[in-house]
Amino acid sequence: MSVVFYILAALSVAGALSAVLLKNTVHCALALTAAFAGLALLFLKLDAQFAGFAQILIYIGAVAILIVFAILLTGGSDTARDSVYSRRPFTGLVAAAGVFAVLGWAILRSGSVLPHESERPAVTVMDIGNALMGRYVLPLEIVALLLTAALIGAVIVAMHEKEGRR
Amino acid sequence: MNPLTGYLLVGALLFAIGLAGALTRRNAILVLIGIELMLNAANLNLIAFWRYGPHPEALTGMMFAIFSIAVAAAEAAVGLGLVISIHRHAHTTDLDAINRMKG
Repeated sequence: MSVVFYILAALSVAGALSAVLLKNTVHCALALTAAFAGLALLFLKLDAQFAGFAQILIYIGAVAILIVFAILLTGGSDTARDSVYSRRPFTGLVAAAGVFAVLGWAILRSGSVLPHESERPAVTVMDIGNALMGRYVLPLEIVALLLTAALIGAVIVAMHEKEGRR
Repeated sequence: MNPLTGYLLVGALLFAIGLAGALTRRNAILVLIGIELMLNAANLNLIAFWRYGPHPEALTGMMFAIFSIAVAAAEAAVGLGLVISIHRHAHTTDLDAINRMKG
């Protein structure tokens, strides 16, 4: 394991922790962007250039901006009066800790059978494009349909209701 | 340490953090942030298995991750649209206060 991996992992985990723990919602969105950036750099470290740059474009460029817009539209940047956590946060924490314990146990136990260091895969963006237009063309079309439907659905759901229609 | 083990552990940690956030926060937008973190942790696992798996030239894990990113973008758009709609209706995004589905 290289030093770069530890730095990027620490950046992602610290960003995710702050996104979950901070009180101000705008600060949470900013910390989430840092976590997305750390994950994109981890993708680049894994020689997945296309996925890394797609992560930067889609998550940092679109999803984070969308979240900030939603925060501003709902006026949620003002901190809640009593508490930002639900009434019984203990159950959720126990569930999350249990999930992490099981996953970590499984990963550490299977460490000896997992594949070891391999040479970097010779895959270019051209190969990904050829695969998307060849073998995976049907899923690509379905995703295009899904994105169109989601776009129209999001606009209709968030659209103003006309006065007197209710 | 096996390099794949490190990536899988980071993915598991991010998933647990996202799950804790989604289960314990009151603000609906923060719950969506937790779900996004969980989806990203799954993507990290997919890419790590693609990189260290036996046939990276088959691009299976990479395609999984790319389609997962596209579906997550659609989910974020619809989810935030729903949050805005609920806020217009109930004038709050506090999930403990939104306790009825009748309009």
